[in-house]
Amino acid sequence: MTALKLTVVSAGLSVPSSTRLLADRLAEAVRRQPADDDRQVEVQVVELRDLAADIAHNTVTGFPSAALAKAIDAVTGADGLIAVTPVFSGSYSGLFKSFFDVIGAADDGALTGKPVLVAATGGTARHSLVLEHAMRPLFAYLRSVVVPTAVYAAADDWGGSGDPLTDTLPTRIARAAGELAELMHGRQSRPPASGPDQVVPFEQQLAALRPESRKE
Amino acid sequence: MQFGIFSVGDVTQDPTTGRVPSEHERIKAMTAVALKAEEVGLDVFATGEHHNPPFVPSSPTTMLGWIAARTERLILSTSTTLITTNDPVKIAEDFAMLQHLADGRVDVMMGRGNTGPVYPWFGQDIRQGIPLAVENYALLYRLWREDVVDWEGRFRTPLQGFTSTPRPLDGVPPFVWHGSIRSPEIAEQAAYYGDGFFANNIFWPKEHFQRLIELYRTRYAHYGHGTPEQAVVGLGGQVFMRKNSQEAVREFRPYFDNAPVYGHGPSLEDFTEQTPLTVGSPQEVIDKTLTFRESFGDYQRQLFLVDHAGLPLKTVLEQLDLLGEEVVPVLREEFAKNRPADVPEAPTHAARVAAAAAGQSGKDSEKEEVAK
Repeated sequence: MTALKLTVVSAGLSVPSSTRLLADRLAEAVRRQPADDDRQVEVQVVELRDLAADIAHNTVTGFPSAALAKAIDAVTGADGLIAVTPVFSGSYSGLFKSFFDVIGAADDGALTGKPVLVAATGGTARHSLVLEHAMRPLFAYLRSVVVPTAVYAAADDWGGSGDPLTDTLPTRIARAAGELAELMHGRQSRPPASGPDQVVPFEQQLAALRPESRKE
Repeated sequence: MQFGIFSVGDVTQDPTTGRVPSEHERIKAMTAVALKAEEVGLDVFATGEHHNPPFVPSSPTTMLGWIAARTERLILSTSTTLITTNDPVKIAEDFAMLQHLADGRVDVMMGRGNTGPVYPWFGQDIRQGIPLAVENYALLYRLWREDVVDWEGRFRTPLQGFTSTPRPLDGVPPFVWHGSIRSPEIAEQAAYYGDGFFANNIFWPKEHFQRLIELYRTRYAHYGHGTPEQAVVGLGGQVFMRKNSQEAVREFRPYFDNAPVYGHGPSLEDFTEQTPLTVGSPQEVIDKTLTFRESFGDYQRQLFLVDHAGLPLKTVLEQLDLLGEEVVPVLREEFAKNRPADVPEAPTHAARVAAAAAGQSGKDSEKEEVAK
């Protein structure tokens, strides 16, 4: 059995970053999920920090550098995607958005049907609805399938027992990972989009334009 | 193999002096560049079509008519003619008129145009870009080949008993190229009609265009126009030359860094590595251009972009001297080597008239066979 491909996009900027820490925890949790089909999960991490200049250049020139093209292929060719951003000014970071803008500009169907787990990090839990107000609509626009549980990690979540009245971070990670793994294992693997260009035969393009009165 | 230049017609500040040419200066510079192209032995001059500042060429056949009157050999073309927002009837008339005035030295490259507001300014919708290109060209194709056309479509007033005048010179319409940067539909359209396909490859890496051109070649054969290798392909190129590389790089860098399309983006070094842009000696331009054949197969037309980004006219004319004296003669020789005999030459009016006549006499003799 070929392994399932899980790609993790982390938009953290500092090294080490809590965004990457959350991304790794989520990836590991997905990898460890038991599955009926015995297919292993291979994890590939895309650090947007390393691609920051390439992403900016792509927005200007319209084409990706070799390193960025590789990262885009890893995302579009994955069986599942984990997308993690720090919260900046009440939303995902500009770098995070630019990366997905670049993918969408080249092919607006590139992430259609892709199982996605969204996650974010921030100083306080007050920004946690970023996941529902910014991240989920972004991937809805890209026609991806976003799992019900989105994971937010505030600074507090990394220590202590958290708020006793809500699920702890490990509980949320486990639930979200289970949801993503279920979608990934149940999904028919598709080849990456970089195959030969698909084309509608020209007679069909012409016929589609024929006025109604002259259609047979 | 034909070699030429294509111009965008941008009015851009010279970043080294801060000077912005007037529209009048820029228009006269474009025509000076065209005349120079003939003088140095190039085959083709093509102008863009734009309907917004900072671009001047809104009326290509007017400009090309002026150039036609002052040249003898140069083929006049476009890069591109907007098949989406121009009335196909007017394209048929304008280019047939130009064809007569230029004694056949005319072809035309269709393009969709990617400036959003131009569509509504001309009463169209950019979301209909591909259907407009398909329908308008289907009408243009008939207007040039049928004396009386009855027609009804989705985007234009129907025609009853319409004759586009003048009729094409010698009954042979201008050769048509379909230009595209990213759309497989346009490669398919060019293949369907057996027309040329021009891949404007200057701003992007070659892998993308290899897929598009391969698609065009495959579909050209599918529609029975010949083998994939016989499909008619044109490519762009972008060059800046001085006798030695360092001088070229030093002089061109401020123009690159501030250029309208890619300025303030990647470095000159990265961009020359990733795209056809060559900044260096004539030999480097020769070497880079020769790689196009390896990437895309034997092809018919090579157009260079040389007059843009605010380069002064004097500099551009020097570029043309280098192209004509040092680059193109070598390219002609090298591209002719190992070129298979059944790969067609670039299209000319004379050759197309001869082919049409041969086709006609072929049909006549078939009829005679049948009659016997």
